[in-house]
Amino acid sequence: MTTAPNQSVLTPVLTKNWGDEQSWKLSAYGDYAAAKKAFGMQPDDVITAVKDSGLRGRGGAGFPTGMKWSFIPQDNPKPKYLVVNADESEPGTCKDIPLMMANPHVLVEGVIISSYAIRANKAFIYIRGEVLHVIRRVQAAVAEAHAAGHLGKDIHGSGYDLDIVVHAGAGAYICGEETALLEGLEGRRGQPRLRPPFPAVAGLYASPTVINNVESIASVPSIIANGADWFSSMGTEKSKGFGIFSLSGHVAKPGQYEAPLGITLRKLIELAGGMRAGHELKFWTPGGSSTPLLTAEHLDVPLDFEGVGEAGSMLGTRALQLFDETTCVVRAVLRWTEFYKHESCGKCTPCREGTWWLTQTLSRLEQGQGSAEDLDLLVDQCDNILGRSFCALGDGATSPITSSIQYFREEYLAHLEQGGCPFDPEASTVFATAGAKA
Amino acid sequence: MTATQDAGAVVKSDEVTLTIDGIQVSVPKDTLVIRAAEEIGVQIPRFCDHPLLEPVGACRQCLVDVPDAGNGRGFPKPQASCTLPVAEGMVVNTQATSPVADKSQQGVMEFLLINHPLDCPVCDKGGECPLQNQAMSNGRGESRFAESGGVKRTFPKPINLSPQVLLDRERCIVCQRCTRFSAEIAGDPFIELIERGAQQQIGIAEGAEFLSYFSGNTIQICPVGALTSAAYRFRSRPFDLVSTPSITEHDASGSAIRVDHRRGKVMRRLAGNDPLVNEEWITDKDRFGFTWARQDDRLTHPQVRDEDTGELRAASWPEAFAVAARGLKKAKGKVGLLPGGRLTAEDAYAWSKFARVTVRTNNIDFRSRPHSAEEAAFLASTVVLSTTVTYADLESAKRVVLVGLEPEDEAGSIFLRLRKANRATGLEVVSIGAVNTRGLRKVNGTLVPTRPGDEAKALTDLTDLDSSTVILVGERLAGVPGALSAAAAVAQRTGAKLAWVPRRAGDRGAVETGCLPALLPGGRPVADAAARVDLAAAWDVEQVADAEGLDAHGIVAALEAGDLEALVIGGVDPADLGIRKKALKKAFVVALEVRSSAYTELADVVFPVAPASDKAGTFVNWEGRVRSFGKVLDNPHSLPDVRVLAGIAEERGRAIGFRTPEAAWAEMTQVGPWTGARASAPEVSTGSHSTGSVQATSTGLVLASWKQLLDDGRLQDGDPHLAATARPAVILASAATLAGAGLADGDRATLTGPLGSITLPVAVGEVADGVVWAPASAPGASVRHAVGAAGDAVTIGGAK
Repeated sequence: MTTAPNQSVLTPVLTKNWGDEQSWKLSAYGDYAAAKKAFGMQPDDVITAVKDSGLRGRGGAGFPTGMKWSFIPQDNPKPKYLVVNADESEPGTCKDIPLMMANPHVLVEGVIISSYAIRANKAFIYIRGEVLHVIRRVQAAVAEAHAAGHLGKDIHGSGYDLDIVVHAGAGAYICGEETALLEGLEGRRGQPRLRPPFPAVAGLYASPTVINNVESIASVPSIIANGADWFSSMGTEKSKGFGIFSLSGHVAKPGQYEAPLGITLRKLIELAGGMRAGHELKFWTPGGSSTPLLTAEHLDVPLDFEGVGEAGSMLGTRALQLFDETTCVVRAVLRWTEFYKHESCGKCTPCREGTWWLTQTLSRLEQGQGSAEDLDLLVDQCDNILGRSFCALGDGATSPITSSIQYFREEYLAHLEQGGCPFDPEASTVFATAGAKA
Repeated sequence: MTATQDAGAVVKSDEVTLTIDGIQVSVPKDTLVIRAAEEIGVQIPRFCDHPLLEPVGACRQCLVDVPDAGNGRGFPKPQASCTLPVAEGMVVNTQATSPVADKSQQGVMEFLLINHPLDCPVCDKGGECPLQNQAMSNGRGESRFAESGGVKRTFPKPINLSPQVLLDRERCIVCQRCTRFSAEIAGDPFIELIERGAQQQIGIAEGAEFLSYFSGNTIQICPVGALTSAAYRFRSRPFDLVSTPSITEHDASGSAIRVDHRRGKVMRRLAGNDPLVNEEWITDKDRFGFTWARQDDRLTHPQVRDEDTGELRAASWPEAFAVAARGLKKAKGKVGLLPGGRLTAEDAYAWSKFARVTVRTNNIDFRSRPHSAEEAAFLASTVVLSTTVTYADLESAKRVVLVGLEPEDEAGSIFLRLRKANRATGLEVVSIGAVNTRGLRKVNGTLVPTRPGDEAKALTDLTDLDSSTVILVGERLAGVPGALSAAAAVAQRTGAKLAWVPRRAGDRGAVETGCLPALLPGGRPVADAAARVDLAAAWDVEQVADAEGLDAHGIVAALEAGDLEALVIGGVDPADLGIRKKALKKAFVVALEVRSSAYTELADVVFPVAPASDKAGTFVNWEGRVRSFGKVLDNPHSLPDVRVLAGIAEERGRAIGFRTPEAAWAEMTQVGPWTGARASAPEVSTGSHSTGSVQATSTGLVLASWKQLLDDGRLQDGDPHLAATARPAVILASAATLAGAGLADGDRATLTGPLGSITLPVAVGEVADGVVWAPASAPGASVRHAVGAAGDAVTIGGAK
């Protein structure tokens, strides 16, 4: 046990050194002991350890990481690739970028161990293009690791070679979708690919490819260092280990809270010093804007893959956006929908045209125009997008709308009755004056 | 496909049985659900799906419900049937039986229409539009988007993708058919998706227009009215058009086309669907090259030269027949016939029989380009009656060797097949030629750099040829002594299949019908007494002349010398054969032409003959495949060559025995092919060509040259948009050759050959050392007339 949750339920592993002096430097990080330990193991044993740990993908879908690695056909003569999805763009999600900023070496070490396990000699870290400072920091970390002999030819005499390419995206949300990311990495237009073939069989340059989220890969060194049992001792039965919970919005101390999966929002809000003074929780997203909204009645839902699923949403990226009673849900949903419209790649009809139409219907509702039937129209539009689009972006675009109508139909209708938004938008801001009406 | 052809029976491949809408159906493994459904008569609506393009699953119109994927589990979401392969035991419910599938399709259709302008009443596609039709069959009648006050996305329109292809971005549903065609089929990815979301559109790079020889196909496969042609935009409504299946007259591909006309005027041409020949693709020349037949210089009545004034004057058909017959009679067999390479097989047969029966000569040659006795022997021994190579063979071959042939320019449908096979099976394409062309690069071909004149040696030196190899020789090899002999010998020695690919639609038919000085119809050699007797019996004439006739060069020389007194000519550019005006003035000339030309002005009798659109007929393509077509327009101003020649023959008292293409075909069938011994293959030794010994020095360069697809040909007249898509005329040479001549890329240079000089820009190309390439027939820069032919020694220097 490296963490001592004596006073707290928090389990800082990835975030443990964030407060250290120049935590991003190799000197502050350590000497890649986990990677050295991994080199003493057979690659298949590394895969087994990750499988046994119960680590599930931290990018949102929660696919078992070790199983994903074992899908790589090792008899395929083509090179194998590891691609790290660091295109963190989901509204509300803010875990990978601070992680790469404060602790880039845990990612690099994770890449080394993971690549060794799947027998890849080239790994790519695809970082969202807008975060130039993060790109530079990861590049610097890779260079440091290279200089220290953690990367390159015959790493630490293991006979294993690895090079890491840090690639900057070009500003498209869709490139967080793994096949669109591969297209972008290959220099093409970022649009999702037809599957099958799946990336494990024909991914980057039509070669077997593993694509994992930053946090998933960064969790690997601790599993190797401390053992699968250590990892699986945390979390819940089917959602093992720890994860970074990113609290944002109307909370006293927003930030990243690393805790075992299965923690509740009630506990997290408590750790974060409660909601904004004088206000109470109205609705929240468990894993970014693409996961259906939940409300205050879900405060005790265990935040693991199963628990949130049962509550009718998805754990997603644990991007907990908290909104208090000053927030107009219609307005919030419209903003998200405008985001999806802006980011729709255009490949398939339901997402391209559907988001165009949804924003129009929603903005009319927000302005108090239209009728109650428009709510049914909205739900029907969402029904025609959900499960009909090429990739999950279209599905995600419908989540805030359908869930907000489910929980806040009355609020939508209030817009129609009052001929406009009943909320004072200023009341939800940080600069809200005391007099702003709730 | 090839397996079934070889075996002559359908070979059952691995079949998969599934249930669609409660009906069991068995289809070959890997069939997509959307096509399996067609087997039971269910048409699932679709836009991005196209059987000849790779699946993309973009439009989502073809969603179906799959309660069982064949493994007992269903898909939780509706699936795109255009990307889903069938599986044993799979259960599929389409819109016909599944409310989920039906609602999904209705939903997608509604989405597709929200940003579509719905300007069907003014759209070219209205009436034949998949979007319009499927909106009717699988969409809702009223728009909820419009009802709810939706605002459509708009674009300025249209924009030019090329001089010919226009894009209306508002109508576009970004199904990607056009971009996929360009990238996958043609290999000309000049158009690409740009922007995203609802702003996603088809775009072109700045300064890189959509200049593809196959761009018109994108217009045809566009499932909406987004792509239109400058030639047809706003010209007609589909329901006012009368469609006639036909065959292209522009090359020897035999490509199926559809000719749409309205009120006696051809409005447009489309690709026909013939899986064995051109699949669904044609070149832009096939598509847009139809206005040539309605130019102002179209001949509309017979003319004869007035005895008193010496001028041409209008004449009745009977008078013209009589004058022509009288003139030919006076020449007493001292007559040459140059029918050209653009005739239908029926017309060519009429020319051939007219020569033998009416004029009683073998002085007939369809070739109006560089040619040789060796080529004639090659045609008589190896080409006539041969159907050795088909398009399907190109696809199943392991290797295709091109000799003196640039398929993209000279036979577009062959180029597309080679590219398809290279992508699908890794077919290896080897070109024996001087230039690594864009066309060759697009089939991932390998160039065996060869100076014009050295092709025979290069071909003979190739190793690893066997029965899985196909050798395609172009008509240009006629200018290379020994090359065709070598091709025949190599094919004989290695078992490789061999085919001859000419340029013109009528070339192969002219060979089959004996429009050659030593070859009679049906492959009968003139030199073979038995063949002559066989033919004389079939024709019911006493005998067929046994002396080998003059070839085209011989006819021209004899005219100049006065040894021939009369000439019957049609579809030939006299400049191609170097016929001088003086010779034409001296001789009695009977011209059969569609439009007035250099020699109709000098002729003694001029007959207006029908273009392919105005008559029924048959082209024999390079495969030897018979490609019959019907008449599109009834035009009383001209007659088929058959009828004209029959009229003259009857006046002459030596009738050819038929007056219509149909009757000519019937007789051809009756006469049939020669079953006796064929002429033997030529055995001309290599290296006897004059340029064979020319050494590659900066001053001793050899010209490589051929006619590009779009050139100065008269069959492209009248469509300025098509002409604007032609490749610019440039001289190509290697960097070393240019440096040797003191030239740099982009300079203007003067190319000088035996006929004279021409000045054009130069560019660096992958050209064999010691070789300079220039277009044979670019508009205003006809190197073949101004400089010389391929293989000639040339010099190049800076323009003064």
